[in-house]
Amino acid sequence: MIIEIAHFSLILTFMISLVQSTVPLFGAQKNWVNWMRLADKTALIQFVLTCFGFGVLIHAFSVSDFSVKLVALNSHSLKPLIYKITGTWGNHEGSMLLWILIINLYGFLIVLFGKKLPLGLRCRVLSVQGVISAAFLGFLLFTSNPFSRELYPPANGNGLNPVLQDLGLAFHPPFLYLGYVGLSVTFSFAMAALIQGKIDAAWARWVRPWAVSAWVFLTIGISLGSYWAYYELGWGGWWFWDPVENASFMPWLVATALLHSAIVVEKRNTLKSWTILLAILAFSFSLIGTFIVRSGVLTSVHSFASDPTRGIYLLIIVFMFILCSLTLYAVRFSSIKSINQFTFLSRESGLVMNNLLLSASAVIVFVGTLWPLLIETLLSEKMSVGAPFFNIAFTPFMVLLGLLLPVGALLPWRKSKIKRLKPSLLAIGIFSVVSGSVVWSLQTGTRILGPVGVSLSIWIILGSLFDVSKNSTIANGKFLRRYFRLNNLPRYELGKSFAHIGFGLMIFGISAVSAWEVEDIRIVHLNEPYQVRGYTFELIAVSEFPVSNYITRRGSLLVKKDERTLATLLPEKRYYPVQATTTTEASINSNIFRDIYVVLGDRNSENSWVVRTYIKPFILWIWIGAFCIAIGGVVSLSDRRYRMASSYSNKLVKL
Amino acid sequence: MNLLNKFILLFCMLLFSSGFAFSVQPDEILLDSALEKRARAISLELRCLVCRNENIDSSDAELARDLRLLVRERLTFGESDEEVISYIRERYGDYVLLKPSFSGASIILWVIAPISFFMGLLLIYLTLFRSQKVRNEIDLSNSLTKQEQIDIKKLLDD
Repeated sequence: MIIEIAHFSLILTFMISLVQSTVPLFGAQKNWVNWMRLADKTALIQFVLTCFGFGVLIHAFSVSDFSVKLVALNSHSLKPLIYKITGTWGNHEGSMLLWILIINLYGFLIVLFGKKLPLGLRCRVLSVQGVISAAFLGFLLFTSNPFSRELYPPANGNGLNPVLQDLGLAFHPPFLYLGYVGLSVTFSFAMAALIQGKIDAAWARWVRPWAVSAWVFLTIGISLGSYWAYYELGWGGWWFWDPVENASFMPWLVATALLHSAIVVEKRNTLKSWTILLAILAFSFSLIGTFIVRSGVLTSVHSFASDPTRGIYLLIIVFMFILCSLTLYAVRFSSIKSINQFTFLSRESGLVMNNLLLSASAVIVFVGTLWPLLIETLLSEKMSVGAPFFNIAFTPFMVLLGLLLPVGALLPWRKSKIKRLKPSLLAIGIFSVVSGSVVWSLQTGTRILGPVGVSLSIWIILGSLFDVSKNSTIANGKFLRRYFRLNNLPRYELGKSFAHIGFGLMIFGISAVSAWEVEDIRIVHLNEPYQVRGYTFELIAVSEFPVSNYITRRGSLLVKKDERTLATLLPEKRYYPVQATTTTEASINSNIFRDIYVVLGDRNSENSWVVRTYIKPFILWIWIGAFCIAIGGVVSLSDRRYRMASSYSNKLVKL
Repeated sequence: MNLLNKFILLFCMLLFSSGFAFSVQPDEILLDSALEKRARAISLELRCLVCRNENIDSSDAELARDLRLLVRERLTFGESDEEVISYIRERYGDYVLLKPSFSGASIILWVIAPISFFMGLLLIYLTLFRSQKVRNEIDLSNSLTKQEQIDIKKLLDD
């Protein structure tokens, strides 16, 4: 019964979203305040109703109600409760419902935080959100209803893909969706601005927090996914340029460009039409990403063709949104006027370069991801575009971005007085090149990647630190005093440096692990120690035993260095009888200098097994860097100027 | 635990311990470490044809193992990296290459991003900086054409 009520509540939400997408918009054109005010209420009701629908679905999963088709197909009564719950969005229908929940959450947040927005802008933004919500609710209800019943409920469910039974993966999609869908808010703001034909610095100030928070979520979501791939897939890679990964990476690249160009609009009131275009593109890439992941078009063109309803519907949504928004943009393009008053050496042009490089790298990812599909459709030839292509084509742009970053971040607005910065930049540059050469002379082998990566990351990190210290001190100041001045530094500046340092750390981690990783594959006998780069490993036991819904084979390895035991690693291989699949659980001993990564392979003879051992130097810095980038966004969000809205309204009350 | 359950468990264990090949196996590794290194590098560029976006180096499929062995066999014959790759490409088609060759339609794939980057640079120069310069010049010359300027000069000189 409650399932049917939830189904009904979704239908109701669909109806309300149709109202929200038309009435306030029309009201805004006619300036009918009552019609405009409706948007707030509909957004609120939509949010409450989808919360209810999603809650019911979670409940159905957690009590294993197999009369619901979705639960029967994707859950199993033996599964631990936490994975029953997270299994709610581990399937197509549930994850689409999560998507809709989040878009309505954002609608609610716009109402909550947007009290100070001009009514016309707010109701137009909410209207566009209503259109998006309606499109996806329609998709859910007509092609992928999560609440379909099973006429003859099975005794037990079909289980869940064992790979998905993992906390990292369980929380990867919600973050990713918070990011994807968060970009809908900037999109709606861009649309509203185009409709009303007014874009100014205030608009950018309203948009930026939304862009930044969506971007933070996307950053967290992508890094969670990457860390999950690292420890779960069993050969220690952390990024595979898989279409599904690329689908989340494209919006990230464009969103990064967007939040940089929005700074220019906010501070200098220029680059407006470009920023609007980026806002449109960022969400378009989110939609394309959703299409790629949800239609299954890239995993297999044939499975797409055999059941095309969902794919076609999604394709139509994506196509319509992109077409309509770009048309509106083209129509209004000439009315968006910016006065460009900046010289070649200015922060504006630094940010323009940032935008250009990020867009070009987004082009690579986009074209590379869709190329096989395009070739197969046009020439009916099969071809692959994989990691080796992306590594070659993508890296130069990132290196260029890294080289320009400290310079661009240090340049003043409008006109440069580079003379004062020149000596410090030169010093940092020389220092980073020298450290790179030192690393080069220390390393064995001749690969240039490691030293170059070290130089580049030192260049970025020192450049950003110099930026902070320059801003935090007025001419004199001892170190401690400078430190205290950090508190007076605008949070926005601090966040910027955090994120830039994070980027530097990430480059360091990536190049270090790519250059200096050691791999060892061998047959290991029980109690016969072996050595890999100074570490001694000894397999002391291998045991097999059943755990809740799987059977595991677990090896115990002692890791020693200089006769001192560092850790006992417990790599596992798990067998899930319900799904008849095997998963590999690598065992990792992590610290900031290296990861020791061990995978247990097949049994070779009575007491010997294949064991794969990796020493991965500095790999943790990839995720520490990503974390710093996200923290940078959060710090920047806490900037006083973005909180001013609330304090301002408090003052009004006092008056 | 009753007998049936025990039996099922035993059966599962048997299934479990039977061959589950996992990427490069110790018996595949060449003794010559320089050759092995080259084999690994080549393996990273070849697609496991039955997998989803996986190279043969990390794949557990039987076919991937066969290809790995083939790569090593060709290398021990003394073939160069290019010869090995083109040998495999001839047999399995372009689909096997994870890095498309710089030929045919793939040229577009390779050059599209660099070209869009340079076009972007040009566009930026034209819209942001040159228009500005032109504007400044117009401001300076007070929107007079060359002929008018010459005329004025003449008048002033006279």
